[in-house]
Amino acid sequence: MRHAVLPALLLALLAGCAPAPDDNGERIVVYSSRVEQLIQPIFEAWTRETGVGIDFITADDQPLIQRLQAEGASSPADLLLTVDAGNLWNAAERGLLRPLESEILDSRIPATLRDPAGHWFGLSIRTRTIIYAPDRVDPATLDSYEALAEPQWRGRLCLRTSKKVYNQSLVAMLIEQHGEPRAEEIVRGWVANLATDVLPNDNQVIEAVAAGRCDVGIVNSYYFGRLVAQRPDLNARLFWPNQQAADGTRGSGVHVNVSGAGVTRHAPRAALAQQFIEWLTSPAAQELFAGLNYEYPVNPDVPLDPLVASWGTFSQSQVNVARLGERQAAAVMLMDRAGYR
Amino acid sequence: MNATADALTPQQARARRRQAGGRGWALVGVLLALITLVPVFVVIGSFFQLDSELWGHLRTHLLPQVAANTLWMSLGVVAGTLLLGTGLGWLVAVCEFPLRRFFSIALLLPMAVPGYVMATAMVGITEFDGPLHQLLRVFLGSDARPWRLSGLGGVVFALTLVLYPYVYLLARNAFLSQGARSLEVGQSLGASRLRSFFTISLPLARPWLAAGALLALMEALADFGTVAVFNYDTFTTAIYRAWYGMFSVQSALQLSGVLILAVIIVVIAEQRLRGSRLYTSLQAGGAHDPRPIVLRGSLRWLATLCAGSVFMLAFLLPAIQLIAWAAPNLARDFDARYIGFARNSLVLAAIAAGLVTALGLLLAYATRLSRPAALGRITARWATLGYAFPGTVLAVGVFVPVAAAGDGINHLLALLFGEQAGRVVLTGTLFTLLLAYCIRFLAVAHSPLASQLQRITQSLDEAARGMGETGLGLLRRVHLPILRRGLLTAGVLVFVDVMKELPVTLMIRPFGWDTLATRVFQMTAEGEWERAALPALAIVAVGLIPVILLLSQTERRNA
Repeated sequence: MRHAVLPALLLALLAGCAPAPDDNGERIVVYSSRVEQLIQPIFEAWTRETGVGIDFITADDQPLIQRLQAEGASSPADLLLTVDAGNLWNAAERGLLRPLESEILDSRIPATLRDPAGHWFGLSIRTRTIIYAPDRVDPATLDSYEALAEPQWRGRLCLRTSKKVYNQSLVAMLIEQHGEPRAEEIVRGWVANLATDVLPNDNQVIEAVAAGRCDVGIVNSYYFGRLVAQRPDLNARLFWPNQQAADGTRGSGVHVNVSGAGVTRHAPRAALAQQFIEWLTSPAAQELFAGLNYEYPVNPDVPLDPLVASWGTFSQSQVNVARLGERQAAAVMLMDRAGYR
Repeated sequence: MNATADALTPQQARARRRQAGGRGWALVGVLLALITLVPVFVVIGSFFQLDSELWGHLRTHLLPQVAANTLWMSLGVVAGTLLLGTGLGWLVAVCEFPLRRFFSIALLLPMAVPGYVMATAMVGITEFDGPLHQLLRVFLGSDARPWRLSGLGGVVFALTLVLYPYVYLLARNAFLSQGARSLEVGQSLGASRLRSFFTISLPLARPWLAAGALLALMEALADFGTVAVFNYDTFTTAIYRAWYGMFSVQSALQLSGVLILAVIIVVIAEQRLRGSRLYTSLQAGGAHDPRPIVLRGSLRWLATLCAGSVFMLAFLLPAIQLIAWAAPNLARDFDARYIGFARNSLVLAAIAAGLVTALGLLLAYATRLSRPAALGRITARWATLGYAFPGTVLAVGVFVPVAAAGDGINHLLALLFGEQAGRVVLTGTLFTLLLAYCIRFLAVAHSPLASQLQRITQSLDEAARGMGETGLGLLRRVHLPILRRGLLTAGVLVFVDVMKELPVTLMIRPFGWDTLATRVFQMTAEGEWERAALPALAIVAVGLIPVILLLSQTERRNA
């Protein structure tokens, strides 16, 4: 056994990456910042159905994009899969993705959840919404993201750190809707209302609301889904903000981001990669892709996970998610100026 | 007339030979430094694309705060690791007390716990509904004031607990190789034990302590995970904010350049202060040192208590917390693939430990034997800067040039042999990953070897030469027995560092090379900290077994 290790290693070194045994000879390569346990079951389903294998590597978005860029034309990657639109936008900006023309994708994915130029496509919706403690907050007093900046919430709000892209996207949306000066006012209002220093992740925001350290917070709904699946009696509820404007018309909608994918500029197997993305938007794949993590499918015809469905329906923001990437740097600077750490 | 060579006395001839050899060694050192400087060149290159608007923003809104935070963290970690590491190292090396042999190894174990894992475990323990508060409420009643570990205190606490072993391991080597005689000299001159510790042992151990504290400092400066858990913004926070938040990898590289510059200044300052003192030892082997201080009475148990409480805080408590998290997820997450993850981690760590230790030894000799000597000192300083880079930035700094080199080679092949020529693929292979490990961890291997090499006097070399031992024979029969402890330390440190390394492995690893550390990432990336406890425990378990085996063997020889 020990004697086999060294030669095998040398071989691997010389041969580069030795491909795993083939399924039907065809394989595609995926670079993914969506973690293994949320993609592998889907990849396996695709391989079972088509016989095409998938090699993948997972890492943080920016290092993956950097790797893709450095490898250039010799990159083995066919597909880039991320958990937010901003990084897909950035990859497209750097010319690392190729535009696709696909009637299937255009018809299955709402226009706001894909790149207008067709470089990338949302695959599941991640909603960022308000969470509150039902024993201390009457949901009738809740209204919108903007309203959380008002003085009635002083000392009652919990926020995750602004380092996370989810908050950067949310503020990017506010900039898109209100312009920078008004968005900065809102963020300053949030900071003034904080009950405690910003928290490192969404789980801690939910826990803090449930434990009474604060009354309201802003989190991605699937974090709540995971926690509530384990602890159904959790003292926290979701609220869908921005459903109605002051004049009674439809509000600006819940902030949404996407987990999505694009085919790389130098993809060796571009046609196959496109087929894979199209397959990912099919009802069966959508149910699995979103259901694994209590997210919402992008394809509106696909049924929701029962727990997710129990949170009710809502109207979502009509800002194209590509704009979130475009505004992200400005959003980060704005949060720095407003003292949102 | 005799030929000129014959006119030289044997001494002059030897001096001339050494001069020539010195130039050869200087070349070796420069070559090593050139390889490890690749990411530094990338950083320097990045300054040609300065985004003045972004820098203006950073200067106004981020840098003042993070620079101050980083300074406080550095001071705290250096003080904490020096205090714990030196105190425990001295206790274990020089004193005799109950359970000393156990603690001499057990005190190293926290080293295998990644900083962010330690931080998460500590936060879990001190959480509002966590075990500590439940315990406090039992004793103090239900309205005990909530207290939690956070901010600067949390960062310094967690980082000190995982990083003090670097100082401890080196300090122990220093005290063991000082020999008992230096202490006896002090005592014969009437100095008390306490006084001889401060006036003799401590100054004699200085290069080791400085090297250990510098390793801890560089690791703390490069840390991103631990400070993120405590939500404490340091320089690396600004680096990732510029990169991940504002999509400016150039600014991230430039900020890393500033960080590296700070490290260079610290290193130069330490060496200036140390001056040109020699730290050789007359009993450098130190193989048969009796433990000169046998503690008596309550002092014995006080020593055991000290070592025991550090061991409990830094290892037992977090380990228990991790087990409590891992147990409920065991059935869901633990499967046969863990054998593969563990094997990948072990293979990478073992190859890297061998490779980096060999390079570290080469660099240590290049530093010692280079002529002019100043050149040797400079190359050593530059060649070990990789450790001060935040991991992901270093990964970019290695990956991008390697990819460019691969392209260059392929263009050349195509020019020479036409389009039919084969293509070289360097990126996405183990070659690139191991190269990045070498650049990152050379400092870790070099420090213990360079300080151990200082124990060997020039006159020992000359005596050996007088008896006909030169070159490899001198190395094998005279130096290696003295260096054995340094080599072992270097190998163990690199091994454990690679076991727990995450960002470089994550970005550069080839397909199929998922390790235990990347498994931790799969869980933490989506905030599932409790599910990350299982792979974290596996890192600790798998990483420690070889360490314990290696060290208990040397302990037996020293005991």
